[in-house]
Amino acid sequence: MCTLELKNLRKAYGNIEVIKGIDLTINDREFVVFVGPSGCGKSTLLRMIAGLEEITGGDLLIDGVRVNDVPPDKRGLAMVFQSYALYPHMTVADNMAFALRLAGVPKAERDARVQVAAKTLQLDALLDRKPANLSGGQRQRVAIGRAIVRQPKAFLFDEPLSNLDAALRVQTRIEIAKLHNDLQSTMIYVTHDQIEAMTLADRIVVFNAGHIEQVGTPLELYHNPANLFVAGFIGSPKMNLIGAEVESSNGQSSTLRLEGGSPFTVPTALGQGEKVTVGIRPEHIAVTDQGTISGRVEVIEHLGNETIAYASIGGAEPLTVKLPSASTVQLGETLHFAPRGHAALFNQAGQAIALPRG
Amino acid sequence: MTKPTTTPTHRKKLMRTWPLLTPTVGLLLLWAFVPLAMTLWFSFQRYNLLDPTITGFAGWSNYKFLLESPAFLISIFNELVLVGAVLIITLVLGVAFAVLFDQEFIGRSIARLLVIAPFFVMPTVAALIWKNLLMDPVNGVFAYLARLLGFTPVDWFTHYPMAGVVMIVAWEWVPFATLILLTAMQSLDRQQVEAAKMDGARGPQILRYVILPHLSRPLTIVMMMETIYLLAVFAEIFVTTSGGPGNATTTLTYLIYLRALVSFNVGGASAGGVLAVILANIVALFLIRTVARNVDL
Repeated sequence: MCTLELKNLRKAYGNIEVIKGIDLTINDREFVVFVGPSGCGKSTLLRMIAGLEEITGGDLLIDGVRVNDVPPDKRGLAMVFQSYALYPHMTVADNMAFALRLAGVPKAERDARVQVAAKTLQLDALLDRKPANLSGGQRQRVAIGRAIVRQPKAFLFDEPLSNLDAALRVQTRIEIAKLHNDLQSTMIYVTHDQIEAMTLADRIVVFNAGHIEQVGTPLELYHNPANLFVAGFIGSPKMNLIGAEVESSNGQSSTLRLEGGSPFTVPTALGQGEKVTVGIRPEHIAVTDQGTISGRVEVIEHLGNETIAYASIGGAEPLTVKLPSASTVQLGETLHFAPRGHAALFNQAGQAIALPRG
Repeated sequence: MTKPTTTPTHRKKLMRTWPLLTPTVGLLLLWAFVPLAMTLWFSFQRYNLLDPTITGFAGWSNYKFLLESPAFLISIFNELVLVGAVLIITLVLGVAFAVLFDQEFIGRSIARLLVIAPFFVMPTVAALIWKNLLMDPVNGVFAYLARLLGFTPVDWFTHYPMAGVVMIVAWEWVPFATLILLTAMQSLDRQQVEAAKMDGARGPQILRYVILPHLSRPLTIVMMMETIYLLAVFAEIFVTTSGGPGNATTTLTYLIYLRALVSFNVGGASAGGVLAVILANIVALFLIRTVARNVDL
């Protein structure tokens, strides 16, 4: 059982505030991913939860108890570090048993618990090795094992996959997902990689510049980004964000003029002359002869399972379109595009304008 | 790997390297072997600077005379006490300072400079400062402080001569240990310390399980280098106690000096020199074995 409550949590270094009042509740057994660009404060917040950074203001509650001034080891949390931070002079088994040894757990029980964790992570054969003799992925597993052995209330992961190569990253991601399923414990995971966030999270918290942009399930964020930042951050390839001006509005729908001159209709009333931003995901664009947006294809990326085309529609940014791999689109060809539902609209402040779902 | 090239045609193209190596190797041979050979030679000669009539092969008598003299065993004992005590003090203080000066605090760079500073003071000067300004039982700062607190001032070089010398030499060598260990501290992975904190380690345990293992290699290096220099400590003894009172601070190094330039007995001094080389090699052997064990992770 572990719920975490963050109440107006703040962190400042001198006069510079890096965490600007975070309110968040993390439920029991939930897998929460903190995601955001580097320097957005997500790691700092995780370290504040861990007890490695002092909390400047606000309250941190674990299971309803305020732990602002409780030392890290007494909070009952375990952390997996980006650099793994294994103790280089200790064997894998000693690394994993270190916390238990400090806590005065008898050797027999220590060994038993290390064995159990090692079996879960397939580290049985490596228990006598030193970290220097392990591969990156194995070290990563030892770091996770060290956390498991402590049977913590919650796991904290600080960009644990960023030192692994691409193939191993995918594999370890799956292992972490499995681990969460097996252990059924609360996990907080920090990453700058939105794919990790989308695949692992029960709920994603998107950070930017020390505050929360949006909290929601991966699909909520994908379908209903609350603002331009989240819209641009979640999804790959990135959502097309096109500046537009309202030409006319009839109370039911409005006609926009996109940057570059193409007309675009949205099913909501807007003030004439209002400046908005239209967001369309590359996978929500169809190529049809009836399409109102026309553009010349400038770059084609064949990914095998799909083809990404970048078409110039007259604006500053090209329009990214996801096409089936069988598509015979040619470089330099002029195509007509139409949205397939799911367009998003943002006002000048960058906040989403609600659209009726069609 | 490339194949060994010994075909005649290829051989002609190879440069002869020995003309290039000879100057260096020759110089090193001269530098190291000539003094050693001369010392060995003299140690078997009757050779006294005061009496040129005493000449000829002495056999083992120089060694016999030295080994039978009570001063010899005492000097070896003193040597080991001095080296051992200074090593312990410098390593303990070195670790303490390295950990301390690794922390963030205001004026850290100045504090670091100051803790390194004693290293730049010449041994003779350091010894004179300590002897006359600090440890003098009448005019010294220590004596002043002792009187201020109502104690009788300690006459260091009369009552605790070896402790006095150890203090001076340790003061000179703490900066060296601090410098090397502080550099090593800076390469310690901060996340390891944080991981240990999360695992429930407090200060002493972090020192024991994270910092000291990390410092084990630099500690061995410091130990080895200091031992080499400490076996040859001379100026501090010469300036402060001249090996006395009695034999209390006569180390082997100092004993050789006494034999050679006070008794003018070159043969006896050379025998002492040879024994000192052997002693140094025994110490070095032990150290290198510990280093080898430590370096092999």
